[in-house]
Amino acid sequence: MSSDTEAKTETKPAAKPAAKPAAKPAAKPAAKPAAKPAAKPVELPAFEKSISDKVVEKFGDKVEVEFVKENRVGIKAKREDVHDVAEFIRDGLNYDHVESVSGVDYPQDKEIEVVYHIGSYSDSSLAKQILVLSTRAQREENPLPGKDATKLPSLRDIFYSVEFHEREVFEMFGVYFNGHPDNRRLLLPEDWADLPPLRKDFAIKGR
Amino acid sequence: MTAELPPGLAIQKVDERIMTLNVGPQHPGSGHMRIIVQIDGDYIVACDPDPGYVHRGEEKMAEYRNYITNIPHLERPVIHDSCNVLYPYVLGVEELLGIEVPERAKYVRVICSELNRCIYTMYWLAIYGIFLGHSTMFMWPAGDRELLIDLMEKISGARVTHAHFVPGGVRNDLPPNFEEVCLRQVNYFEKRIKEYAAVFYDNPILISRTRDTGVLSREDAIRLGTTGSVLRASGVDYDLRQKEPYDVYEELDVHSNVMKEGDSYARSKVPWLDMMESCNIIRQALQKMPKSGSVRVKLKPNPKGKGLDSVYKRVESGRGSLGCHIVSDGKVEPYRLKLSVGSFRNLIALPYLLKGEKLGNMPSVYWSLNYWPVEADR
Repeated sequence: MSSDTEAKTETKPAAKPAAKPAAKPAAKPAAKPAAKPAAKPVELPAFEKSISDKVVEKFGDKVEVEFVKENRVGIKAKREDVHDVAEFIRDGLNYDHVESVSGVDYPQDKEIEVVYHIGSYSDSSLAKQILVLSTRAQREENPLPGKDATKLPSLRDIFYSVEFHEREVFEMFGVYFNGHPDNRRLLLPEDWADLPPLRKDFAIKGR
Repeated sequence: MTAELPPGLAIQKVDERIMTLNVGPQHPGSGHMRIIVQIDGDYIVACDPDPGYVHRGEEKMAEYRNYITNIPHLERPVIHDSCNVLYPYVLGVEELLGIEVPERAKYVRVICSELNRCIYTMYWLAIYGIFLGHSTMFMWPAGDRELLIDLMEKISGARVTHAHFVPGGVRNDLPPNFEEVCLRQVNYFEKRIKEYAAVFYDNPILISRTRDTGVLSREDAIRLGTTGSVLRASGVDYDLRQKEPYDVYEELDVHSNVMKEGDSYARSKVPWLDMMESCNIIRQALQKMPKSGSVRVKLKPNPKGKGLDSVYKRVESGRGSLGCHIVSDGKVEPYRLKLSVGSFRNLIALPYLLKGEKLGNMPSVYWSLNYWPVEADR
């Protein structure tokens, strides 16, 4: 957790009343996590590193390795390359299904990130692994879901399992997936006329 | 014109023989969702699941609450399985904050999570029984799950919605004498569920109704990305407690139940076998658990992550893998929280399985997916 130095930098920009509770407990846990940051700079886990190396070897500058953690590899791809990268992940690396597709809205970057969590059932060496493939779509200030520039290529022809997940991202963030056979609403009411509700500018009443 | 109308109401040109039925959302055979089926005589030719009637915006709510106040509302998707729903969230927050959990707390969590798995599965089994018109199978599980609910009440003070897991451990230590009571109740519970075989699982009427209906092959189970009992009933040996052990599952002997048939019968039997496995795990955990010690690391108020960071943690819940993707931007609230739930992932198999089935088999196929509408909608 926060070592002493970290706690101080945290409290500085914060408002004054927040400084008090943060400063108190910082003294106590300092002893325990002190060992952690020292152990952290160990080299990256080898197996996970080999997976990310294979992707980088194939695509070079087109992809960016976001993180390599225990059992998790994060790959970032541009929206025009994501389809090819996903195809390589399936055919070249033996991943076979998508567990989850989450959208993350970044209004300050004018982008919406779509994160695919890809796993494998058929390859037992990959049972623990999740490959986190993320890509970003352009974000519009006044969204017209399906009719504006917020579009990404669908991965449904590669991973059949994304079908409902991509439908959910479409209704919740307004990201239209080109090539998806069934871009209808799933959870929201059919007559929903407001902003896509999981965007940051859709505010909850009273908050 | 037709494109503007909602699904199920749109006027479509179809064969004269084909009739469209809306099953649900109030129908007892559908749970809180609507299944639009098109039938030709007695056979289903197409099916379109329409969930969302119990969508509560858990993910949006989570962005407005801090890491601690998120606990009670995040377990609402499945109140019977509340410990397992919270589990990936709690593990994720611990990784974000870099907290090490005391050993005893890990064992308490495993026990709670296994008890909850049984409580959920008994509820599911009760409804599966009544869906098939087997009212004994409704009464027995509904009564026997009280044994375990009593145990959870002793631990957490609440029958359901325990809010017992917190980042850093569990809320309270086990009550005195808990080990003995737990062992006694769990042993009796196991004896009871074994009796279900005679009345339900070996019942020729049940077998004739569920055998070879809604068959999901191994390849399709993988391709559709199904999880949990649906996947294991189709012959894929994948249980996260074995494959990616979290907390102390590594030290326990976990056996995963796999069946090859992939039909409704196999899908309904795997959760029942899982309950017996849960009883085994609870007994092992009670034995190996440190007899005393702390169960919670106190956090500082309003804990926050270290800058832009994201984690994806998953556990094996009563309905399969349950993942939690948390994106933190260094504030006290999560920037984005996504629950990837087993029910939602298994729903994709429903249109696939129902095609070509008889309409009368719909309830058994549908509920054998171990589907919980509220969880799927979040």
